[in-house]
Amino acid sequence: MDWQAFVLTLKLASVTTAILLAVAVPLAAVLVLGRGRWLAALEALAALPLVLPPTVLGFFLLVLLGPRTAIGRGITVLLGHPLAFSFGGLVVGSVIYSLPFAVQPLVAGFAAVDPALVDAARLLGAGPPRLVASLLVPLARRSLLAAAVLSFLHTVGEFGVVLMLGGDIPGATRTLSIVLYNEVENFDYSAAGRTAATLLGLSVVALAAIYLGGRPKRDRRG
Amino acid sequence: MEARRGGFHLQVECSFASEWTVIFGPSGAGKSTLLRLLAGLDSAERAKIALDGRVLTDSAQRLALKAGQRRISMVAQQPALFPHLSVAANVAYGLAGLERESRNARVAEMLELVDATSLESRRPRELSGGEAQRVALARALAPLPRLLLLDEPFSALDGKASDALLERLQLWLAEHRMQTILATHDATDALATAAEVALLREGRLAALGPAAEVLASERERLSRKLGTPNLLR
Repeated sequence: MDWQAFVLTLKLASVTTAILLAVAVPLAAVLVLGRGRWLAALEALAALPLVLPPTVLGFFLLVLLGPRTAIGRGITVLLGHPLAFSFGGLVVGSVIYSLPFAVQPLVAGFAAVDPALVDAARLLGAGPPRLVASLLVPLARRSLLAAAVLSFLHTVGEFGVVLMLGGDIPGATRTLSIVLYNEVENFDYSAAGRTAATLLGLSVVALAAIYLGGRPKRDRRG
Repeated sequence: MEARRGGFHLQVECSFASEWTVIFGPSGAGKSTLLRLLAGLDSAERAKIALDGRVLTDSAQRLALKAGQRRISMVAQQPALFPHLSVAANVAYGLAGLERESRNARVAEMLELVDATSLESRRPRELSGGEAQRVALARALAPLPRLLLLDEPFSALDGKASDALLERLQLWLAEHRMQTILATHDATDALATAAEVALLREGRLAALGPAAEVLASERERLSRKLGTPNLLR
């Protein structure tokens, strides 16, 4: 078992999930509460990683963050090293790749909140930030949990973007998915079995959190 | 103001001077649409709305104050209490700008006004329909709005409770010089509460004046239409 890759995978998934929730909550709120035709374009953009092959996304990001573009050169000057083939690069790729898995459950959850409650809060002076913090998020707790778990799991299991953007650098960009690929390539099926079982275990535990933790309590009053 | 909602066309030009105005009309006449436009919850194609000389909406100037900036509160038929908050927290929701002590005092005053002091720690799911309506009223009054809009809010209360609450409410509103517009399709409500009645029919203002006059002329019109004598005269 490659514990270094295990820790790196958990670190990547945790950082990615935290950033995704910070981005996806306001984005989903804009998509649900906003008005205007541009929202359809924004929603399509946020869903694009769902249909884009991971290797294609990884390739575009590799080019964008590399020395051939002004953005890539700017980031290199700012950080002192290129973002591609680094942990930071993996985080950027993972956030973009898993964005729909955070946004879509939140959009569904926010849209299910009774519009009469939103009207009441607006009349009582709640602006968009308070509306989101005091009404939408508490009433869509289960969607928030689903968004967090799906983002985490999707990042744990990603392969194409990681390989294209991060390569296979031990301790920096080698995640469990890359380890599993390497083990299979080397015909080390027993090690591959352990790595795959670890990934499976992570998925089962996280899904159990959605289905058990987010389950509404039964009203015992009958 | 002028607004279109699908096939429905609302076109109204009026000024309400009375402290109590009742917008009376059948279902689908545009009463709720009118209240939502006044509150700033919906936008109109063309509108100029002013309250106490302060312009709230002026489509020609592309001006539209947000709902929470108008000093207008509204209670609809559906109480729309926040289900995850206690009754006291619901009433305190619009008082974010107040210090804790003043906020608590205002919440207590409002709950007493609507006879809901004993409910303060309950959740909305633990309230009856009438209790929820009273709490919704307390929540709307708490920020001391300049204009209170009531969209058939007493339908869940029984007759006696409704009359008693209305009496207390009218005294309190008069004391705080709060203007009120009540939308109803019930002529009894219109007669019981109104100094001024606006009769709305198919999105148009058909009459505006003292309750007895407007309602009598509407009865006359309906009698003529049905070809029966006006037995209520």
